[in-house]
Amino acid sequence: MSTLTRPDVQRRSNADRLRQWLASGKFTAVLILLPPALILFSLFVILPLADAVYYSGFSWNGYGAPTDFVGTQNYERLLDHSVFHTALGNTAKLILVSLIIQMPLALGLALMVYRKTPTNTLFRLVFFLPYILAEVAAGLIWSFVFDGDYGITAMMFQSLGQESVYVLADRQWAFPAIMTVIVWKYFGFHMMIYIAALQSVPKDLIEAAKLEGAKPRQVALFVQVPLIKHAIVVSGFFAIIGSLQIFDIIIPLTNGGPSNSTHTIVTYLYTFGLSRLNIGFGSAAAVVLFVLAIGIAMFYQRATKQGERT
Amino acid sequence: MTTTTRNTLRVIVLILVASLVIGPLLASFFGGFKSNAELRTNPLWLPASWNLENYIEIFLDGSFWRYMGNSFLISSMTVLLTLVVGAAAAYVFSQIRFFGSKMILSYLLLGLMFPFAAAILPLFIKVRDLGLLDTYWAVILPQTAFGLSLAILLFKAFFDQLPKELFEAAYVDGCSYLRFFWSFTLPLSTPILATVGVFVFVQSWNNFLLPLVVLNDRDIYTWPLGMMQFQGEYLTQWNMILAFVTLTILPAVIFFLAAQKYIVAGLTGGSVKG
Repeated sequence: MSTLTRPDVQRRSNADRLRQWLASGKFTAVLILLPPALILFSLFVILPLADAVYYSGFSWNGYGAPTDFVGTQNYERLLDHSVFHTALGNTAKLILVSLIIQMPLALGLALMVYRKTPTNTLFRLVFFLPYILAEVAAGLIWSFVFDGDYGITAMMFQSLGQESVYVLADRQWAFPAIMTVIVWKYFGFHMMIYIAALQSVPKDLIEAAKLEGAKPRQVALFVQVPLIKHAIVVSGFFAIIGSLQIFDIIIPLTNGGPSNSTHTIVTYLYTFGLSRLNIGFGSAAAVVLFVLAIGIAMFYQRATKQGERT
Repeated sequence: MTTTTRNTLRVIVLILVASLVIGPLLASFFGGFKSNAELRTNPLWLPASWNLENYIEIFLDGSFWRYMGNSFLISSMTVLLTLVVGAAAAYVFSQIRFFGSKMILSYLLLGLMFPFAAAILPLFIKVRDLGLLDTYWAVILPQTAFGLSLAILLFKAFFDQLPKELFEAAYVDGCSYLRFFWSFTLPLSTPILATVGVFVFVQSWNNFLLPLVVLNDRDIYTWPLGMMQFQGEYLTQWNMILAFVTLTILPAVIFFLAAQKYIVAGLTGGSVKG
């Protein structure tokens, strides 16, 4: 038996090739191994996303078939809804905090603990720990921390002789509190990405820079960080896509309140789409989320590619 | 700055961050031992006495175990299905060249870009129309489908690195593609199977949005749903809630410490390579 790469095989007619392809067992293998993945993926990923686009054109409560076609009305209502504006703004804030506070923090810590020593390993484990906790559990724990009667912030206010603040019930403080929890929860993940990259930076480059008289800070800034640019780009991508989808952590913390001031796109689509069975309206929000995710992903890829060329 | 002051400063920063990370977790753990009155005056530090009452009450209540059991079953099934279906597809893309295979691969990898939440409303409708609401499958199948893209990407990269000679030799001996997949590729791929498996398990174990939407029956609740239910019932009895939270995250922490190698590899390895 020869493989199909021999030149005389390629010269044979198409019919022969097809026959040989079938006889080689490739056909059966493809026919058995590929369809499960294709069917599952089409049925539960592609089709629902296409459905979301379709449903967004209807006013529909989810029962029977959607018949009440309303054109772009759902989108108009969405864009007129001030809570949706807040949700978009909050999502943008999450992206900014992730990029401007969380990533530099993670990078700084990664530079401190990337070397393989036992204490570093311990710190790495500790920093990574919040990431593996379920978002709801993290949210509940922090809603205790922020609780105005029992929580740790309450204790801190009291020890300062101040009136306790109900952080999560305060329009001004609720969202900053959520952002704190999100940085707490996810910085370890970004740190791990940087550590993996930092460990693959050749040691002689760092040694050479040190011999030239570079200070540790200069080594980090001019040797290590440029060399792990790829990892930073990747972690930035995760930060953005992750921020767009924040949901779980909000529910135990504020559930979108007080007075709808802490919604994200996803809590918005859950609260105003699903729990009120406005499937059409919620789908419009989903389509906006989808378009934003794809649009930002494409823009980000192009922008970072261009950055690499220059 | 001298090296020693530098290092001291470094350690101080690290300990500070570490205590901010650990603090809330320890407070929850301690809180589970306290009475609500004690919690009010001492939310952070060690309890006055290590009172196991709250923990025991949760242990004796059947629903805690039911939630954990449901989650375990759903997560295990999701892992199994993702590994089998994902590896099978990746094997085809890695070993067999055929017309359109590149296009089909790109199609299956589209899922890497799609936000899961955007599909949640139609998923609810689809799962309902299939008659799967309030069944384990309502969670398992969509979870598997959304995990497939990453699994296929990681599996294919691994299969591509397996020695080609092995397959050629087996094929000459009359070994079929299917048998080769089952008796050579899979056994040789345990590192990547473990990595993807652990990763999928953690994702499924922590999933909240999907179960929230497709499960209404308390008997089938996963633990995140159960925990929110519990919180709704106990409202301001923070000591009970903290005990419950502690008990649910304890297995996750232990699992993490045992499988951290795979968890970190799955989370960061895929991203750095891709």
